[in-house]
Amino acid sequence: MAIKLYGAAGSTATLQVQACLAEKDLHYEFVSINMSYKEHKTPEFLSRNPFGQVPAFEDGDLKLFESRAITQYLAHTYADKGNDVIIKDPKKMAIVAVWIEVESQKFDPACSKLVWELGYKPMFGMTSDDVVVEENEKKLEQVLDVYESRLSQSKYLGGDSFTLADLHHLPVIKYLMGTKAKRLFEARPHVSAWVADIQSRPAWVKAITT
Amino acid sequence: MATPVKVYGPPLSTAVSRVLVCLLEKDVPFQLVPVSMAKMEHKKPDYIKMQPFGQVPAFQDDDITLFESRAICRYIAEKYPNKGTMSLFGTNPLVKASMDQWLEAESQSFIPPSSVLAFQIVFAPRMKLKQDEALIKQNEAKLVKVLDVYENRLGSSQYLAGDEFTLADLSHLPNTQFLVEKTNRAELFTSRKNVSRWWSEISTRPAWKKVVEMQNA
Repeated sequence: MAIKLYGAAGSTATLQVQACLAEKDLHYEFVSINMSYKEHKTPEFLSRNPFGQVPAFEDGDLKLFESRAITQYLAHTYADKGNDVIIKDPKKMAIVAVWIEVESQKFDPACSKLVWELGYKPMFGMTSDDVVVEENEKKLEQVLDVYESRLSQSKYLGGDSFTLADLHHLPVIKYLMGTKAKRLFEARPHVSAWVADIQSRPAWVKAITT
Repeated sequence: MATPVKVYGPPLSTAVSRVLVCLLEKDVPFQLVPVSMAKMEHKKPDYIKMQPFGQVPAFQDDDITLFESRAICRYIAEKYPNKGTMSLFGTNPLVKASMDQWLEAESQSFIPPSSVLAFQIVFAPRMKLKQDEALIKQNEAKLVKVLDVYENRLGSSQYLAGDEFTLADLSHLPNTQFLVEKTNRAELFTSRKNVSRWWSEISTRPAWKKVVEMQNA
């Protein structure tokens, strides 16, 4: 198969790419990288992602890493397949690009520690650090306040239609909505409606159930 | 003649300077609108309308308002493909994919440790804050790992994304300038043969030299 995704179950970055592949209705081979066995640090894997992180990706001869570069590649290369996740109009796409950066630079950093403390630690039988949780919930609230304002003026973060700017949030939201942090999303009506909307997309449901 | 685009923010801000160097590389006329952070102008309602996180830069071109420096750079590079440095956005889809990849690597892996180091080494003392030695050590170790990856990459590639200078290289200019010129950690870059060669090439480009002049004015 031409498209191969090298990733790990539970990796939010891997799931970002899987969400995009599902929206674009693309077939691919999933190669599981077992991080407990340090498979992400082998020379072979490092040749695919020199930072030793998942995911890595190939499409024929093209090799890529960084989930958000992979999704952009998929969105542009397979523009005619599946659902649109970018916008053709350059001015509208410029706004989408802004909110793609916001997820990457503001939302994800605020959430990554919460995902670890509230999502993964309990799975490994470890206790969360309440101080870290409180500090990061405050950071997330500041971001969600901006989102609440934005989503009261715009149906989706990037504009009128669902795009990568929304899609990139799905994996982290999936984890956090299963924790007490979900109250932060639910307390904000526009954010809450947006979360419900994007999580109900058939492609996303397919990506997390197969 | 088109109205010059507007960039809001001080040239010393790493994110603002990222946008300025891009505009200069693309030969796009701009007006720099000062924003006094000391006077909290970036937190005032009129500014928040443009940048809801209250940070610099903000950007306007005709009826479009943007924020997030890398999104602004993408907009400029895409709107003016045939002006100034044409390779900036990648001259074909494969180079563009590679550029996106290294631009992501910059924002995800290079920026966090280099920003912490810049803050701890330069700004903390100036602000009379106690330096956090553990944090410095931790982030220096992270940055070393990133620079080792770059050293390897730049041994087989002239620039990060390929043979030509792109946004991926440009995006590194502000933080690296800071660490090399304003801290005693320059050797992190200069001791690595390929990184040193790359830094010397990208930092002597006329557009970046102009931005440094603006920062020192």
